[in-house]
Amino acid sequence: MAFRLKLVPDNTKIDFFKAARLTFGGSLLVLTISILLPFFTGLNFGIDFRGGTTIRTESTAPVDVGAYRQALAPLNLGDVSIAQVFDPTFDENQHVAQIRIQAQGDEEAITPEVIEKIEGALTAIDPEMTFPSVESVGPKVSGELIKSAVIAVLAATAAICVYVWLRFEWQFAVGALVALIHDVMITVGIFALFQIKFDLTIIAALLTILGYSINDTVVVFDRLRENLMKYKTMPLRDVMNLTVNETLSRTLMTSGTTLLALISLLIFGGDVIRGFVFAITFGVLIGTYSSIYVAKNIVLMLGVKRDWSKPTDEGGPKGEQLYTAK
Amino acid sequence: MQIPAWKRILTWVLCVAALVFAAPNAFYPRVEKHNDAVAALAKGAPETPELLADKALWPDWLPSDIVNLGLDLRGGAHLLAEVRVQDVYKARMQGYWPELRKALQAERATVGGVRKAPSPDDELRVTIENPEGMAKAVEVAEGLSTPVISLTGAGQRDLDVTSDGTTLILKLTDVEKAATDDRTIQQSLEIVRRRVDEVGTREPTIQRQGANRILIQVPGIGSAAELKALIGTTAKLTFHPVIKRTTNGNELAGPGNLLVQSIDEQGVFYVLEETPVVTGEELVDARPDFDQNGAPAVAFRFDPSGARKFGDYTAENVGQLFAIVLDNEVISAPQIRTHIAGGSGIITGSFSVEEATNLAVLLRAGALPAEMTFLEERTVGPELGQDSIDAGKIAAAVGYTAVILYMIASYGLFGVLASVALAINMAMIFAIFSLIGSTLTLPGIAAVVLTMGMAVDANVLIFERIREELRGGKGPTRAIELGFEKALSAIVDSNITTLIGGVILFFLGSGPVKGFAVALSVGIITSVITAVFVTRLFVVTWYGWKRPKTIIV
Repeated sequence: MAFRLKLVPDNTKIDFFKAARLTFGGSLLVLTISILLPFFTGLNFGIDFRGGTTIRTESTAPVDVGAYRQALAPLNLGDVSIAQVFDPTFDENQHVAQIRIQAQGDEEAITPEVIEKIEGALTAIDPEMTFPSVESVGPKVSGELIKSAVIAVLAATAAICVYVWLRFEWQFAVGALVALIHDVMITVGIFALFQIKFDLTIIAALLTILGYSINDTVVVFDRLRENLMKYKTMPLRDVMNLTVNETLSRTLMTSGTTLLALISLLIFGGDVIRGFVFAITFGVLIGTYSSIYVAKNIVLMLGVKRDWSKPTDEGGPKGEQLYTAK
Repeated sequence: MQIPAWKRILTWVLCVAALVFAAPNAFYPRVEKHNDAVAALAKGAPETPELLADKALWPDWLPSDIVNLGLDLRGGAHLLAEVRVQDVYKARMQGYWPELRKALQAERATVGGVRKAPSPDDELRVTIENPEGMAKAVEVAEGLSTPVISLTGAGQRDLDVTSDGTTLILKLTDVEKAATDDRTIQQSLEIVRRRVDEVGTREPTIQRQGANRILIQVPGIGSAAELKALIGTTAKLTFHPVIKRTTNGNELAGPGNLLVQSIDEQGVFYVLEETPVVTGEELVDARPDFDQNGAPAVAFRFDPSGARKFGDYTAENVGQLFAIVLDNEVISAPQIRTHIAGGSGIITGSFSVEEATNLAVLLRAGALPAEMTFLEERTVGPELGQDSIDAGKIAAAVGYTAVILYMIASYGLFGVLASVALAINMAMIFAIFSLIGSTLTLPGIAAVVLTMGMAVDANVLIFERIREELRGGKGPTRAIELGFEKALSAIVDSNITTLIGGVILFFLGSGPVKGFAVALSVGIITSVITAVFVTRLFVVTWYGWKRPKTIIV
């Protein structure tokens, strides 16, 4: 037999419910904390969501946060935060900082005059300095962006659940929904915990996590449905264990390839998209976990119709019947 | 396990097409130069040796569509502007005043004297002397309204006339406001487009967003401030009757009048009638010229309606002063010597030749009909964009290598086939991006790398299934067949759910995020196509060629 790298041995018989108290209970606990955490620590919203300006500076001279702050102080810009950016892809004498300034008006983005003043004040202390990116979002737009971001996440969740409900049974849709909320909220919780910048690209990441997590869950559900038809008398719990064992190799393999690609991005993709890639990477990990430990527990709790061989009124899985004659 | 000949051929054609149409992207700078040269020649540029050399960089018979790079990769400026559509209402209502005054004066016997009262922007309030004459006044005012010409407003009129005691109130109807807003935005779009085009950068994006916003993206421009300066330069030209000339900057202008500073005479102000006789919008041409003394000037010509108004006014007011106002400053206030028929004239002031040329350009391009406020602006320098491209390339190469090594280690020969299919998948993504002219952004690159990881999922599902069938004692032919068949429902279901996320993101996202949504959605679709058709073709072809007794997946 040729060599094969196998993360999972051929015939696993792991009881995934054995530690349900720990895994499912733990999930619920972490989920609860993640939902509550943003209310205490708040999210580190980027300018997309609260308005303001970010200026990226680059220089051959080392970043001196204190000096930058002093240079900007006379301009009375309100809340200014300055952070040095580190990245393995930078050259040796490439020093980058990110300056964030609070929104200056009620509606509009920053004016060119103010930007000119800021750039002037900074180049006065470091003539080598350049400004590779300046972004400014007015509070009017940022309010709308929050709204459309929330709508996007809710709409995607709802649409996915409806699809699962149509293709499977409502219990599966509920299971999928809980798994999705679990994955998205815990990711948000991590952003609150570590105060990582939360901007529009993170919403894109959350939607990707939704898609990835449901992808994983659906593969498990698809096999579960097939096994339910195959083993009509086996207890639901055992069918589920069998299903997860059967799909385990695929689940880990796919997570593996996706993570390989993501980690490569995380390391080499540059600092501009690091937060975004981090969110997706974390989401893939938690999405894999939730399709093994969360989604099906809900289905088990709710119980599910066992006889799939007759056509269902929801227009159920017609194609599957071809393979049930065993 | 047979694939019909037509399907085989179609799949091969698809693979080859993907590679051919993706190929220009591998030679991005050359193809870009070639395309620029072709575009320049098509516009009628002279065939200089440089242009011809650029054109020769890429053969004409090969596809030359390449992926559009987003602002975050190419560098450039992005602005989101809101047009203050209500500005137009004011000018609109002011415009009714002379007409209304004239019409009411004809009915002086019943209405009495009329006077303009302070009015909100979208209303014109007029007080009349005889309250008993109000019915007549309303009737007269209603005569000014016209039917609205728009799809939704058919059968409705543009003015709503009401009265309140001795006040006659003319108000724009909602239908008319909507129609006006629409025209304002269209006009603003057109003017912004013309101004941006004058700088001649590559593929600017100028789009309407929502009811009253304009999105402007210009690659290659230095900063958003520069872009703002370019489109924000208004040249609002109006011609007003002069009431008097004064040196008192605090002089009370009186109702319906304006106090305007002179541009070149220090400390001189003019009191003007607020309602202009003619405006720059009625200009059809403006060009730099010289006056009779040889000083630089701008010659202009009005359209027929402007020419008529201008002619009438000059005929009735010979000897009066007439102010030419540009952006709220009086450029000059010449005396009307004679009746100016024909609607052309000349603006003299203390211009330099360059100023006269610029003024002519601005006048030709027209003024923005309403002011714009800038809600969002982003500038990305070209170096940062290039850094992002480089980082993306390295990440993609490393990611691809890691994924195929892992696949080959896990599935042996089948892993090799899947890796080739993955390469074709990548080619398909770039081919589709090039053909539909979609924009690749930095998050888009992330989506492509992410797709690499996720695209093999379909293959993994199939291979795992084949393994299982083999373990269950099926022969190789049957196992491969069942593997592809049974994995299909999981592949389709799981990818449709991901696609739902991508589509929603596309409709709700903007800029880079939209780029991510497009890349993700395209990647999902191509990955299903490659897994279901391409990998299958590879496996079946290999199997038919080798005819192994047993297979190891």
